[in-house]
Amino acid sequence: MSSRDTILNALRRNAPPLSPAPRMPEGITYPDPEKQFAAAFTSVGGEFVRVPDYATLNFELEKLPYYANAHRIVSLVEGVGTPNVALGSIQDPHALEGVDLAIIPGEFGVAENGAVWIPGSALGSQRAVYVISEHLVLVVAADRLVSNMHQAYERVKIERPGFGLFISGPSKTADIEQALVIGAHGPRSCTLYMVGP
Amino acid sequence: MTDHAAKAAAFVADEPRTHWHDQALWFVRLKRDRQAASIPEWEALRTAAASIKAHTLSRLADYLEEFERNAQANGIKVHWARDGAEHNEIVYRILSERGATRLVKSKSMLTEECHLNPYLEARGIEVTDSDLGERIVQLRHEPPSHIVLPAIHLKKEDIGDLFHEKLGTEAGASDPKYLTEAARRHLRERFMAAEVGLTGVNFAIAETGGVVVCTNEGNADMGTGLPPVHIACMGVEKIIPRLEDLGVFTRLLARSATGQPVTTYTSHFHGPVRGGEMHVVIVDNGRSAILGNEVFRRSLSCIRCGACMNTCPVFRRSGGYSYGYTVPGPIGSILAPLREPEKYGTLPFASSLCGSCSDVCPVKIDLHHELYEFRQELVRKKVVPWSKRFGMAVLGFILARPWLYRLAGKLARWIVPRLPRSLTYARYNAWGRQRELPAMPRESFRDLIRKESA
Amino acid sequence: MPKVGLFVPCYIDQLYPQVGIATLRVLRQLGLDVDYPEEQTCCGQPMANSGCAEDARPLAERFLNVFGRYDYVVAPSGSCVSMVRNHYAQWLKGKPGFDRLRVNTFELCEYLVEIAHVASVDGDFPRRVGLLMSCHGLRELRLARSSERMDAPFNKVRQLLAQLRGIELVEVTRPDECCGFGGTFAVNEEAVSCMMGRDRIADFESAKAEVIAGYDMSCLMHLDGLIRRARKPLKVLHVAEILQGAKLA
Repeated sequence: MSSRDTILNALRRNAPPLSPAPRMPEGITYPDPEKQFAAAFTSVGGEFVRVPDYATLNFELEKLPYYANAHRIVSLVEGVGTPNVALGSIQDPHALEGVDLAIIPGEFGVAENGAVWIPGSALGSQRAVYVISEHLVLVVAADRLVSNMHQAYERVKIERPGFGLFISGPSKTADIEQALVIGAHGPRSCTLYMVGP
Repeated sequence: MTDHAAKAAAFVADEPRTHWHDQALWFVRLKRDRQAASIPEWEALRTAAASIKAHTLSRLADYLEEFERNAQANGIKVHWARDGAEHNEIVYRILSERGATRLVKSKSMLTEECHLNPYLEARGIEVTDSDLGERIVQLRHEPPSHIVLPAIHLKKEDIGDLFHEKLGTEAGASDPKYLTEAARRHLRERFMAAEVGLTGVNFAIAETGGVVVCTNEGNADMGTGLPPVHIACMGVEKIIPRLEDLGVFTRLLARSATGQPVTTYTSHFHGPVRGGEMHVVIVDNGRSAILGNEVFRRSLSCIRCGACMNTCPVFRRSGGYSYGYTVPGPIGSILAPLREPEKYGTLPFASSLCGSCSDVCPVKIDLHHELYEFRQELVRKKVVPWSKRFGMAVLGFILARPWLYRLAGKLARWIVPRLPRSLTYARYNAWGRQRELPAMPRESFRDLIRKESA
Repeated sequence: MPKVGLFVPCYIDQLYPQVGIATLRVLRQLGLDVDYPEEQTCCGQPMANSGCAEDARPLAERFLNVFGRYDYVVAPSGSCVSMVRNHYAQWLKGKPGFDRLRVNTFELCEYLVEIAHVASVDGDFPRRVGLLMSCHGLRELRLARSSERMDAPFNKVRQLLAQLRGIELVEVTRPDECCGFGGTFAVNEEAVSCMMGRDRIADFESAKAEVIAGYDMSCLMHLDGLIRRARKPLKVLHVAEILQGAKLA
């Protein structure tokens, strides 16, 4: 008998009596989701910038401290940034090593924890771009915020086959004496531009 | 046999360091409290999580089959391993079939349980643990001392010395930012050179056939975004039924584990990278047997958050190594003796049964009740030494007979004050090493009541 | 008039009889018909906590025989009452009288608040008091909301003591961390047990407590042992000893 069958048989034989699936609890909702989102995003080491339109976004982008020295820039948001690396032309994700800045669109944000959902299709052909880049910029529309993760998962469309993730701020670690260090293996900073009137 | 008490005593002997370790973990518990308090429906979430897990465990085989179907439809190869040995063979085969010798790994307690690293290294595979804490202990040839905070037992100076020796950082440098930067550069080389990336699985979703991995460092994302081959290893109990169930678990996991609202990366893998491969290895290794155990099956609900370790006053003052098992602390004190009762028979007694663990567990495992029950298991199996069992039998005999109980009490109260201190507080009196015995009153309560009614 | 059986834990009977006397005074002061059945011995916790279930069985059975006749059973001990309510079913399930016994056995403070409905505590206790929220009473009997949980806060013990004139209930940094007694744990894991106890004492000292008050004398015995070895001026008292001087209504 295959391992698969051995395992499944054992699990069936030893199964406890059927227990019903529960109803999902009501999640907290915020009267001002944007305020909560901004606070949560900032608390995890991210930078939150509110802009009324894409023109202002581009203006603000150039003010980022590292922007002047960013030699290799990927932008997956039409009209944002001055990209010089075309992701579509890259065959091997290793070629992304040394990308200074990646500008990526977020589908929606979650107020309770500052998380942003990014479907794999938004990452283009090389999904590693969100983690290998030295710095990360996320662009999210202001009217695309939910309060909590229950609402978030109602909106998430899992691309099959595919990939998708929530990002909440820059990469970080506290593995050395619980001292928080922003910028572990992934981006050293994460700036989110929330765009809308 | 792992003697927790002896190891704990050795740990505690360095009192300042123990207090430092205790404070570090207590701080994480406080952060957890703050996050939990910010969610008015926190207790309802815990109840929902416990119910989802109980439901899933009652239909585990069905959900695993559903997962397999959906995963395969996503182009994921699904493998099944009866035990740790088979798991290791499967992982090695995937590597060797592709001629791969460089593996980068993100956190997986399951692979620790199966002793994957030494197995692969003996076969010429270079294994790099990519989580910073895990890399640190890997370089020290030590196991992790905590499932979420692997290097919590080390001071920054220890890590500075280690990195000076292994990574060429400046001698005496211990600034966490400086050391993390060095680790970033070092591990970036390993990510770039890796041929295969291996991750654990926080949650496997039956409905969509994908796996979810949660990290702060982004190491699982680097390890799966660069190499073309991704191997995800999971215990059978990691399955959850539907995507919407993640709403509950993603709200509980990071808050319970590290006191953050969510991990930086919550990555949902539903297929390989373009031109690549993805494998999932589903492992039993004793879990199906635990499922059949009515008393201890709830321990399978564990989502490996580590909150029980952070809150446990004994863990904080004895350290992960005192438990001698992959997963230490309260949950480890159930999982370890389930696997090998003779070897880990002291662990269920490494607890005052205070119950703090049960109150923080996001999936409401009745940890301290299971520890209490396990003690009975160990007595039934005669793992508890005869001297202890005999002592309790004698005590029980005395206490069941009022006249004998009163006589014993009267004798003790009479004799103890008349003994010289050198005898009362001799070595055999473990109570008396650091404590005074209570004063022995002349009369018991019963004596006083009798006098009163006379 | 309901008949109350006074359950005096074995170590209180033998080592801290004044706590039993204080408990009796408090209950009598409320006008209750309190009986102390002499044939009682021990609830069986030391054996049960050591895993020696069969050695605890006769004690559970004895307990039912001795106390089954009462409307209420009250004890100045959270852990012993927890034994009866949460663990006796293993040996007594289905036995006549057990269901009634289980739901009517109370620790003193919870009895005063929930059953006797004590609304006022009229007395003086001008001291700085640290509350030791012993674990079994806290997390098994839910005498208060534990700091881990996020339900609405409450504390039945504090509720009673706070009313005493002059009392100052001090705030500590870890309000309900285990003191380290844990029964046989105190001896089997002596090193960790004593460090836990000393840490608790240090917390109370930092808050400038003069008295450590609790509802479990076993925990207080452990702390007192450490206090007296270190010759510290702190005093330990059972809550019954504090309440016995007051008028409860």
